Amino acid sequence: MSYTPEMGESIRRVEATRQRRLKETHPRMPSQEQEEILKRFHPDYVEEGMRPLLVGPNRGDRTPKELAALLEGRSHIDPAAFDLERIDYECDVLVIGGGGAGASAALLAQENGAQVILTTKLRFGDANTMMAQGGIQAADKPNDSPAIHYLDVMGGGHFTNVPELVEALVMDAPQVIQWLEDLGCMFDKEPDGTMKTIHGGGTSRKRMHFARDYSGAEIMRTLRDEVRNRPISVLEFAPVVELVMDDRGQVAGAILLNLETGDYSLVKAKTVVIATGGGGRLHYQGFPTTNHYGATADGLVLAYRVGAKLAFIDTMQYHPTGAAYPEQILGQLVTEKVRGLGAQLVNVEGEQFVYPLETRDVESAAIIRECLERKKGVVTPTGQPGIWLDSPMIDILKGPGTIQTNLPAMVRQFGRFGIDMTEEPILVYPTLHYQNGGIAIKPDGSTDIPNLYVAGEVAGGVQGRNRLMGNSLLEITVYGRRAGKAAVLRAREVELGELTLEHLRGWERQLKEANLEPQIASPLLLPDYTRHARPVSQAM
Amino acid sequence: MAEKLIPIYIMGKKYEVPSSLTIMRAMEWAGYKLIRGAGCRSGFCGACATVYRLKGDYHLRIGLACQTVVEPEMYLAQIPFFPAEKAIYDIEELKPTPAQLFQIYPEILRCLSCGTCTKACPQEIEVMDYMADAMKGDIASVARKSFDCIMCGLCAARCPAEEAQHNVALLCRRLYGKYLAPKSQHLRERIEEIEAGRFDQELARLRRMSREELRQRYKERDIEPD
Repeated sequence: MSYTPEMGESIRRVEATRQRRLKETHPRMPSQEQEEILKRFHPDYVEEGMRPLLVGPNRGDRTPKELAALLEGRSHIDPAAFDLERIDYECDVLVIGGGGAGASAALLAQENGAQVILTTKLRFGDANTMMAQGGIQAADKPNDSPAIHYLDVMGGGHFTNVPELVEALVMDAPQVIQWLEDLGCMFDKEPDGTMKTIHGGGTSRKRMHFARDYSGAEIMRTLRDEVRNRPISVLEFAPVVELVMDDRGQVAGAILLNLETGDYSLVKAKTVVIATGGGGRLHYQGFPTTNHYGATADGLVLAYRVGAKLAFIDTMQYHPTGAAYPEQILGQLVTEKVRGLGAQLVNVEGEQFVYPLETRDVESAAIIRECLERKKGVVTPTGQPGIWLDSPMIDILKGPGTIQTNLPAMVRQFGRFGIDMTEEPILVYPTLHYQNGGIAIKPDGSTDIPNLYVAGEVAGGVQGRNRLMGNSLLEITVYGRRAGKAAVLRAREVELGELTLEHLRGWERQLKEANLEPQIASPLLLPDYTRHARPVSQAM
Repeated sequence: MAEKLIPIYIMGKKYEVPSSLTIMRAMEWAGYKLIRGAGCRSGFCGACATVYRLKGDYHLRIGLACQTVVEPEMYLAQIPFFPAEKAIYDIEELKPTPAQLFQIYPEILRCLSCGTCTKACPQEIEVMDYMADAMKGDIASVARKSFDCIMCGLCAARCPAEEAQHNVALLCRRLYGKYLAPKSQHLRERIEEIEAGRFDQELARLRRMSREELRQRYKERDIEPD
């Protein structure tokens, strides 16, 4: 699957300029140009991709079309036919989602005395957390401070982030690193115990902690193991299709779907934590995605239907470097750490066109401009444009073997398709990566809806309109812990009334008033990639 | 240009699919809406670890369905779930010693050193090597050698001694990370500073700052050189 002759020709130009480029630093983009390039090339600004919501708490808000259709969808559940008398499970805290945020919430809830059920759509640990390669930020070095981290987060989010949420994020960060290490996470360290840390796009200090390029996997497998060691009930292949309320207007449980048998079951819970992650599998504007198979924005739909307000839902993060070749791994993540270690982005001529560590939105917009407007991209046999990420520079700059040691997952990924990234550059293009916004939360993970807590990618406000690398693993752990703890404290004092699905009837009324007759049942649960080619005759 | 179609067998039925597809996409092409056996679709989660065979060849081959491209006359299957043993333990109560390891997973010592696990690993990890280290009680070495494990469990599925190598490795990594890795002085100091309230005032000031003021501070911030 190695490169085509045309691509090989361009690679030779990349090699020809490499020696010179090793000494060159492309200037950072002035802030005015940043704003301009975002407006002209970032998908968030493509008006055809957006429309106003017609119903619900965010009515009138600009929303990606694919998400709007689901938010305005009808329920899978017929409230007249569903039996609320038969309760299958009862608990203090129900955690929905088996990624890093859900696992963190479940652990904190359990150790603070709650009976916890964690339910998840696929396997426990099937989540974007598992795929986060780059690292986790925390201001724990002497030349750094939570205040400097705060400034970086706010600048990265173009000063739109909710200040109280950012404050909690940066102040909890060192504690969270310690917590993870106490659970047995293996961060990369110097022999004297000093954490190895590097820059990410938009950081002013080297505060990216990592575990080779399996950072998220290391965190996820550790948290998952810890949950399994504790008395926490874990239900797999059991996504929530609807929240249940009580007659006092509080969230009081959820309806689960057994994905394999098609049966529903009912959980009564004093508090609920939504930690269902993002929505990359909605493929906004047709983009490929780095996201997990189950990333279909289910949590946004669940929360919206009980009246929770969403924030910043018109902004998605497109990771600048998704794989653009070969076709089999189109859109899969090429970690920002590749640039953090010194690889430059270069065009078909082998020339730099952007500083490699701008914030992700700016970096993505610059790549799109280089390909679509300036026509300086490399085009693959399927017509996919891309830009070279000059990975061999890393070993030249930092010594032979650096790539293999620091980026084993990436080397393996491309090696499977006959591309040796230690010798040849790799082709990249922006890919749908992260839901910047989500359900509006307060610093304890609570929402405007009683008994409903939210943590992780499904929440909105922490990252504003753009997230920096390394702040998502941080958000899921900081806010997973916060939401888990707050959910227990609340569960101790909650008194639930009669269970009801009246909110679904109310939703039907709202749809009718808005003249909507949705065909789509939501949440979506899984994307459909089937083609239904028929079997062929097996006569031999 | 129509892409070349090749014949493959999915659970015994023959289909023709484009030759560029991965096993996972070939199954979807045929109409399987995957529930089990699909996860991150990027080679990190281990959900789609599978076995397959090529026509006329008795070898069972292994791979991740999301990362392996189909070949003509491939026989595809799915391994949706394998019930490997996972011991329950309280990490706080453990000691990072060989005795502890053997107590939690006594079957470690049953290893036959046959190497089937290594051959089964889609991550090309030297599984048998780290199991040999486990038998010696070398926790640090197991942790290091097993680090890239995605816990798909194919090693366990193929092991004649019925070990759960991936779970042994996970325990070793947790023991290493918690007890054996050198401690970070700077991390401990920073947590103490935060708990003592050293940054509270500055954060409160920043939180109340106008967007313009913040923007100015951001622009003027110094950046640590690479």
